[in-house]
This record gives sequence, structure tokens and C-alpha cells, in this order.
Amino acid sequence: MEHGPATEWRVEKSRAYKTKLGLIMFAIYTPIYLAFIIISVVSPSFMGIDVGSLNVAIVYGFGIIILAIIQAIIYNIICSRKEKLDHVETKGDGK
Amino acid sequence: MNYEISPLAIAIFVLFILSVLFISWWFSRRAKSAHGYYAAGGNIHWSVNGIAFAGDYLSAASFLGIAGMISIYGYDGFLYSIGYLAGWMVALFVVAEPLKRLGKYTFADAIDAKFKSPGIVLAAAISTLVVSLFYLIPQMVGAGTLVTPLLGLPFEAGVIIVGCIVIIIVATAGMASTTWVQFIKGGLLVIFTLVLVIMLLVRGFSTTPAEEGSPLNDLVTVELSDATVGNITPADASYLKLDEFTVNSKTFVKMSQDGIVNYWYLDEGVLTQAQSIVDQPTGPDLYNGYPKEDGGFYQIGHMSEINGQTNIETGPVDPLTFFGDIKESTIIRWGTQKITDGENAVTIYYQIPTEGSSVLIPGEKFKIDPAKGATTADQINFISLLISLFLGTAALPHILIRYYTVPSPAFARKSTIVAVAAIGLFYLLTLYLGLGAMTNGVVDLTNDNMSAPLLARSFGIGIFAIISAIAFTTILGTVSGLIVAASGAVANDLINKFMKINLSDSKIVMAGRITAVIVGVVAMVLGVAFKHMNVSYLVGWAFTVAASANLPSIIMILFWKRTTSKGVIASIAVGLISSLVMILLAPDTYSQVYGLAASSAPMPISQPAIISVPLSFITLVVVSLLTKKDSIPDAEIVAKSKA
Repeated sequence: MEHGPATEWRVEKSRAYKTKLGLIMFAIYTPIYLAFIIISVVSPSFMGIDVGSLNVAIVYGFGIIILAIIQAIIYNIICSRKEKLDHVETKGDGK
Repeated sequence: MNYEISPLAIAIFVLFILSVLFISWWFSRRAKSAHGYYAAGGNIHWSVNGIAFAGDYLSAASFLGIAGMISIYGYDGFLYSIGYLAGWMVALFVVAEPLKRLGKYTFADAIDAKFKSPGIVLAAAISTLVVSLFYLIPQMVGAGTLVTPLLGLPFEAGVIIVGCIVIIIVATAGMASTTWVQFIKGGLLVIFTLVLVIMLLVRGFSTTPAEEGSPLNDLVTVELSDATVGNITPADASYLKLDEFTVNSKTFVKMSQDGIVNYWYLDEGVLTQAQSIVDQPTGPDLYNGYPKEDGGFYQIGHMSEINGQTNIETGPVDPLTFFGDIKESTIIRWGTQKITDGENAVTIYYQIPTEGSSVLIPGEKFKIDPAKGATTADQINFISLLISLFLGTAALPHILIRYYTVPSPAFARKSTIVAVAAIGLFYLLTLYLGLGAMTNGVVDLTNDNMSAPLLARSFGIGIFAIISAIAFTTILGTVSGLIVAASGAVANDLINKFMKINLSDSKIVMAGRITAVIVGVVAMVLGVAFKHMNVSYLVGWAFTVAASANLPSIIMILFWKRTTSKGVIASIAVGLISSLVMILLAPDTYSQVYGLAASSAPMPISQPAIISVPLSFITLVVVSLLTKKDSIPDAEIVAKSKA
């Protein structure tokens, strides 16, 4: 690792970017999870509505789990790209 | 239930245990320093750490508890899967990288990084110990439960075996061996669960799924010449009516046939076959009228009708048709009723024909539908449970310390993503496992924690042996992580930082090893003491306590610069004490732990997170605003960590 003001500044910037991205991802996921709880309580019969050979409860439940995996992968791709970019730029600054 | 012991099962079990001990010996060389002992040298690759996360997190509650709960109640057990996985979103998106930057060995390290306050260290260490102990007890109970069918040993032997092996794993090589045990266990668990689900889909469904000769394939219904309650009379003269009992609007009839006494359930004008366990004060327990060793009690779980047909085998089904067939079926679930018959305490298990569509939506265990009698308190209870699962994961100390085994915050994030993928896949499979057990005649009514291993046994002793050994290793992996967390809290936090006893690096490791032995012994004692507790029940408590005591501090330290050390201490104390007190006064605790009427409990709900988490947040904010700001600026922390 190279150290110095430019590196520190970029690491901080990258850190702030990742924190913001994490919070955006969290803000997308949480309402979907909360809606699952609220629908279960307010309208349990809605959960039993057919969706092909499945029903809303299974599609929603599986959907929340699969969405978590997809969001996690997207989050990592964006963060890794940002880290790589900053790393390359920092190397350039150092020359 | 009586189980046949297989030499193959014992051989595979012993092989697993020897492998685990070998790993511990191999890695013990790396655990000479505190960094090696508590953080595995901080150089574990993120992919290994990610699977180890899965191995750490997928405890007895996930594998045994969730599958068991689904096998009895259907979709409600799957709610735990959804909540446990959702909790990782908080861990990944909010706390993973910052906690890695702040901490060194323990949860207290991270919480205290901005303050250097002995009070925070003490509060965080106590919280770590309480949460870890809550989590340890059900793991030990799970271990005791598993060894009976696997090795034919008594419950206590299972607890002692797990306790001793874990003490060896942790005391010799700390986090290094723990990491690799968890890695192997996590990988095997996901792979073999997938194998089991594929076998399940290939088998398909049958209306007579039980083993040949099982009474489940030929359940009897007795017609009545008089169905009037109080004067019930069987039409078949070979049955001699002895007594009848009406409890909670349900009527049971005690009858004998060929000298064997059993209980029957009055359902729509006929008597349906029930199962019973009679606890006699002056004699052995009777299972369906027979002493236990005669094997009169049988496994249950079947469909009486699939797509309108009563005698059918579907053949292989695809993952979607699996649910479609269940939806269009009638499933025979079994309810439980305890009655008093003279001096005997009798537990009766009776058939409840249930539409398949009902087990595919929430509501069979958790009352949420007012149309089915749910109260507002029931609904709040449900919301509170799912909130505690969501918020608890990111605050579990034994999960948090895994961030310190990787070299960088980016690796912490990447390992969390591997964990989310592996754990997510596993949780998707739990619904298949549980519903498979529910419909394949494998459920042991006396112990629903055994549903997943018993489902495996229906496919042959080989897969049963492997699944059981993995389940046992599952417990080893989680217990190891918990003991490392607890030993770090005592040696690093309490002795070194709070009491300021300046130990050398090697002495910190020694203190950790001694603590591991003590915590292991305490866990063994508690495991035996809580023998009859439900495995997933205490884990739910651990999540609530962790979410209430730890999460508000973690979040506010990261995102609110006005947070003070006194605010953090007050928040941990209020979260810990309020959640514990409310749990101890909860209706479920009254009925399941104290044996008292649930209605006599002072608390209206059993899941207190909905109260205790906001209370802990509010406490932190109020106390912080009332006290002087004392946190160290971020730049200084970064500088110190590099020094």
C-alpha cells in the first residue's frame, strides 16, 4: 500500500462513497422486508393468492432472499470497481 | 422414539470428529500470539471467511430448528429463514466495513475505539457474555438431542462430547482452527442439504410415505353408534370405551383393544387414531400403551389426498410442482393436547387434516389473522419477532469477531457477500426440507428438532449418517465461535482493558484458553439443565438481546457524531436489562420455562424487541445529549491504528 495525502484523501472519498451506497442499498431492501411483515399482518389472505403453482407468500419469501443475494453482489461489484479505480488513480498520482 | 444404531453412522461420525481434532492440532501452531489466537492472524482469505461465516451462523437453530418447525407448522418456520437472512443486509450494508476498521479482536474493541472508556468495555463484555451464553444453551441441547439417534448415547453424553471437543478446538488453536472447522462445516452443510432436497424432489410425494409396517400407512377410524359427547359409544364391539375427556373444546376418548389402552380424537362424528405418552407416577412411561422399548410410538407426517386422489404416488416433481402439489393436497398435521387422567399426565397427539394451501402461508404457529382469533398483542408479537431477527444478526458478537480474521475492510465486505450467498441458498432449501419432512412420514412428535436428519434417514443410512455428522459438526462450529467470542470478552476486554492487568501477549492467549475451558464447562452444565427447551426458542432470545443491547450503539457510533461514552454505556445497559426482564416476564417463558399459565405473565407479548430496541436508541440519544462529547476524532483513530 502506498501512503500519503493523496492516498488518504482517496481512501476517505472511497469510504464515504461506499457508506452512501450501503445506505442506499439498505434503504431499498428494508421497505421491501417491512412490507412483507405488514402484509402478513394486515392481509394474511393476500399471502395465499395463487401465483401459478406457487402463492404470494412463497414468491415474496423466496424473492426477499434472492433479492438480498442480488443486492449483495451488485454492492460488491460497484464497491470493488470504485476501489480499483481509486487505486489506479492513486498510483498515477504517485508517479 | 427408539432409533436403530448403525455402525456406518458411528464410523462417519468418528471420522468427522477426528478430522476436526486434526485441524485443531494443525492450526495450533498459528495461535501462539493474541492476534493469532483471537483473529487467526488476520490473514484468512475472504472466500474462506465467507463460508466460515455461514458455518458460524447456520447453527442448530437453522438446520434442526427451522426444518423442525416447518415440518410441524409449515410456512411459519420459514419466517425464521427470511428474518435470519434479512439480518445480513444490516451487517453488509451498514456495519461490515466500519466495524472492521474500528475493531481488533472483540466487539468491545470496536464499540470503544472512539472513546477509550472502561465503562464501555465492561458493558460490551457483559453483553457479549450474556448473548453468547443464550446462544450456547440451545446448541448444547441440539448436541444432546442428536447423539441419541446417531450413537445410541444418552442426552448428557452428547452435551459432554460437544463440550469437550469444542474446548479442545478453542483452547488449542482459538480462531484459526475455529475458522477452518466452520469453513468445512458450512460448505458441507450447504452441499449436502442441496443433495437431500434433490433426492426429495426425485422421490416426489406419496399418500403412504412411511416405512413398511408403520401404522401411519394404515390409520384407523372408528365409527360410532352414539357420537354424543358424554356418551360416546364405538360401533365396533372390539373397542372397550374406558373414559372420555373434553379439553379446550376438543374431545378425546380412552379405549382399550386387546388389552392395549390408547386415546382417540373425536373429529366430525368419528374417532380418529391419536398417539399418546402416559407419564405414570408409579410405573414406566407408556407410548401408545406400550413401554418405550417396545417401539409402539411411530413417526408421522403425510398427505391423505393429493390433487383429489387418495392413493397416489406422484413420481419426481420439479421445484415449482413441489409447492403446487402441496397446495392441492390435504395434509395430516398433528396437534398436541395435555390432559390429566387420574394420577397420570397424558400427552395426546391428534390428527388435524389441513388444506395444503394453509401450510404455505403464515399463521399456523404465529397467530396473525384476526379472522382466526389473533389479538393485537399476537400481531405485535409477530412484528417484534421479525424485527429482532432483522436487527439481531449484525449485533451478534460471535459473528462480529469474524470481521477481524480478514486483512482489510474490503475483504470483510467480500466475505459477507459469500456468506449471504451461501446462507441464502441454504435458507431457500429449508422450506423444501421442512415441507418434505412434513409429508414423508418422518416427523418424531416427541422431538421436532430431528425432522431434517430423520428425513435423510428415509433415504438410507448412508445419507443419514453424513447429515447427522454434519449437524453435529454444525453445532461444534457454532459453539467454537461462541466460546472464542466469550473468551475474548473475558481475557481481552475484562482482564486486559477493564481491570488493566497488563498481561503479556502470551498471557492474554493463556487467559483466553483458561476462559474457553470455563465457559465450555458452564455451557455443558446449562445444556443439561435446559434439556427440554426448544432449540430455536433461546436463539430467538439471543437475537432480541443482541439487537437491544448492541445494535443501537453500533449504529449511533457510526452515524451520529454527538454520541458519548455515557450514552453508549446507558444504551447497552438499558437494552440488555429491559430485554432480559421482558423475556423473563413473557407469556412464553411462563408457560415453557416456569410451567405456569401464560395468561398470568405480566407482559402481554413474548417478543420484546419492538419495545427494547427503540428504548435503547432513545436512551443513547437522551444520555448523549445530556453529557459532554468525549469521542476521539476519526482521523486520530486511523492514525492510531496505523501506529
